[in-house]
Amino acid sequence: MKFRIYRYDPEKDAKPYLQEYDVALDPHDRMLLDALMRVKAVDDTLSFRRSCREGVCGSDAMNINGKNGLACVTNLLELKEPVELRPLPGLPVIRDLIVDMSQFFKQYHSIKPYLVNDERPPEKERLQAPEDREELDGLYECILCACCSTACPSFWWNPDKFVGPAGLLAAYRFIADTRDQAVNERLDNLEDPYRLFRCHTIMNCVDVCPKGLNPTRAIGKIREIMVKRAV
Amino acid sequence: MTRALRQAAGAHYGWRDWLVQRVTAVVMAAYTVVVLGVALWNGGIDYPLWKALFACGAWKLATFVFMLALTWHAWVGVRDIWMDYVKPVGVRLALEVLTLLALAAYIGWTMQILWGGK
Ligand code: SF4
Ligand code: SF4
Ligand code: FES
Repeated sequence: MKFRIYRYDPEKDAKPYLQEYDVALDPHDRMLLDALMRVKAVDDTLSFRRSCREGVCGSDAMNINGKNGLACVTNLLELKEPVELRPLPGLPVIRDLIVDMSQFFKQYHSIKPYLVNDERPPEKERLQAPEDREELDGLYECILCACCSTACPSFWWNPDKFVGPAGLLAAYRFIADTRDQAVNERLDNLEDPYRLFRCHTIMNCVDVCPKGLNPTRAIGKIREIMVKRAV
Repeated sequence: MTRALRQAAGAHYGWRDWLVQRVTAVVMAAYTVVVLGVALWNGGIDYPLWKALFACGAWKLATFVFMLALTWHAWVGVRDIWMDYVKPVGVRLALEVLTLLALAAYIGWTMQILWGGK
């Protein structure tokens, strides 16, 4: 199978280039990550992240034939050859397919991704009505792979100020949580023209999420709550 | 290397601009529907009809409200573009002021056309 892979080692290369590979696959190789391991066996200087190899850890996100996705859950049969692999767009490249995710995680941390509740915790757990719990479906499943935020033009232009789809999905996960007591602070934190409202509903995020989540919907719900609170 | 100042996020008008953009869009759509309705009803708009329309005070006022909505809508949209693409704060502020001045001039011009007389 033929590949064209983005290569860049800042210590050796003046600028990035695409390297061509043609590797023989095993009949059992089904996902792109399997093929990447074959490439790595041929050329061990190629660098990329991976861990769980089953779409759970979120570490092997990359730009595959122009679209962000996880190599481990991308079926080889669906890919047009030569398969062009690039690092996630918009983030600084550390080496080859490995990007610096600091900015992404900084935005994630900025929304306080944890439950805020000052009441003394009950003996076992904080209970929720099943209907209240249902609201968190489609939010808690995010694996922070960054496919969405790095596909979002608003995040490309303002990664320091716009929280981005992944962070906003997480923000709504806590805004929607009936056990959380900091809704107002959370909304205040997103109320400026950048943090939430740089989203122009382009929906690239929804298009690429490998877990089938919908950050645009979550963003819409935050807007709705914010407007309702104000008018 | 100079260290960037701490990032503050507290300008509480994000939601207002967002809402304004939607509301003004509805106002413009309503006006457009009325104009189209008048045109369809009369089988087109010719000069005498146009003149008669703009002789009516309510029509002038509706047109003025439409222009206000358009201008406000444009302000939010154009400023969005400056916010997305223009990073240096000074340049952005200058562009925003220029935009505001231009839009204010349009409003003045509209008033002149509507109520300026012959
Ligand atoms: S819908 Fe919003 S968050 Fe999602 S890609 Fe578009 S601008 Fe970004
Ligand atoms: S929302 Fe989807 S694409 Fe975005 S980080 Fe979470 S799992 Fe990845
Ligand atoms: S290797 Fe863990 S998500 Fe792909």
